[in-house]
Amino acid sequence: MKPMLQVKNLNTWYGESHVLHGVDMTVGEGETVTILGRNGVGKTTTLRTIVGILRERKGQILFDGRDMMTVPLHRTAHAGIGFVPEERGIFATLTVEENLMLPPVVARGGMSLDEIYELFPNLLERRTSPGTKLSGGEQQMLAMARILRTGVKMLLLDEPTEGLAPVIVQRIGEVLKKLKERGMTVLLVEQNFRFASKIADRFYLMDHGQMVADFPVAELPNQMPMLHKVLGV
Amino acid sequence: MQALFGQLLIGLINGSFYALLSLGLAVIFGLLRVINFAHGAQYMLGAFVAYLLLQYLGIGYWAALVVAPLVVGLFGAVIERTMLSRLYNLDPLYGLLFTFGLALTIEGTFRYLYGASGQPYAAPPLLAGGTNLGFMFLPNYRGWVVVVSLLACLGTWLLIEKTKLGSYLRAATENPVLVQAFGVNVPLLLTFTYALGAGLAAFAGVLAAPVYQVSPLMGTNLIIVVFAVVVVGGMGSIMGAILTGYMLGIAEGLTKVFYPEASNIVIFVIMAIVLLLRPAGLFGRDA
Repeated sequence: MKPMLQVKNLNTWYGESHVLHGVDMTVGEGETVTILGRNGVGKTTTLRTIVGILRERKGQILFDGRDMMTVPLHRTAHAGIGFVPEERGIFATLTVEENLMLPPVVARGGMSLDEIYELFPNLLERRTSPGTKLSGGEQQMLAMARILRTGVKMLLLDEPTEGLAPVIVQRIGEVLKKLKERGMTVLLVEQNFRFASKIADRFYLMDHGQMVADFPVAELPNQMPMLHKVLGV
Repeated sequence: MQALFGQLLIGLINGSFYALLSLGLAVIFGLLRVINFAHGAQYMLGAFVAYLLLQYLGIGYWAALVVAPLVVGLFGAVIERTMLSRLYNLDPLYGLLFTFGLALTIEGTFRYLYGASGQPYAAPPLLAGGTNLGFMFLPNYRGWVVVVSLLACLGTWLLIEKTKLGSYLRAATENPVLVQAFGVNVPLLLTFTYALGAGLAAFAGVLAAPVYQVSPLMGTNLIIVVFAVVVVGGMGSIMGAILTGYMLGIAEGLTKVFYPEASNIVIFVIMAIVLLLRPAGLFGRDA
């Protein structure tokens, strides 16, 4: 499989504190990869560093063969990386449709507005409401939908199921499967283990700012004792 | 009765300038988190550019109405790019101090070059004279000021609330980092916003040139009141800034009719009351 994202010896700092200690990881084209790990081990930091929001960083990030370390934040999306943050980032002063249309289209191959409304009929009904008047689940749908319009090649998702009802979680899983069929590469941070095991091709386990294990979904049963130990679940 | 309408008109004229200026301040503060103390100087610059265009190039009022905001807007863009943008990561106090220093420098330079006394600037011939409305006599130029500043406020409001560019501005006001991660060049958006605010101030300055005189200190006198308007309306609220501008202009005019002694302070009294009852301002969202 052709690698889409290659991260080598990535280090990140928040001022004085050193948070990522040499992260190495690879995500292949069309692959769905999940990062597991306890709270505070650096999962969100990894995503935010790859996107380029955190810039006190050293190491190598290659995306689609391109060195991303020197790319300014507002060009990351144009290179093909879309980001859905943990807090979802729905704008209160924008309507649902304005939120949806906000991220600029960076390449062909994104979904049209009609396709998005077909996939998320709730958003069509609520299109003139302020973005933050939606329910938590709808906001998560909107946060994902607006990135799907842009034609990015890879989606970075930070805990999409956090705090959502099981039926919504299931819906998000269906959406991610559909994206996979379309060839989208996905890097997911997820605490919901059951959810992740249904959609991921491969897992990374993160601890103390490093990747400590890497295994495909088929090996999951064998890895369970180790996971229990590290995750404390 | 004549006096009442006369003062109402003056209130409406003043309110037009308050609205245009506080609108620009609110737009700049909303996105840049900078309290632009140079706003009065930029208003003065607009009037001076119009005056100088006429003096040295023979370019008249109508062209100045377009050229002066562009010139001052460009000047604002250069200031933002080269200096103000370096202060965004620091305490907001630095932005305030910088723009305050900038205002003193600009106004000092013009006072050195042109003296403190005002230069006359004639209204365009097309708008000379007045119209008898039956209940009052309306100088045509003043009617024009009220109408065109209303249109400019409405246009700016539409730009921010109803266009794609406006949605970028609103979103970046809420969460600039995420908007940038989506692929929008937010630093450029900040430059544009500062230029827009400066341009609006200059537009008000050109409108004001025939009403007041063109003087280096014309902005200093006005900007204190405009800050009070922004505080009453609520920092960062666009419609709030516009409505409050007109409301306070009219309140000031009416006070002149009924209790002239208080007309200079009425806006500040209103500000004090609003701050006591609604600290976020009449249209502000609670932080």
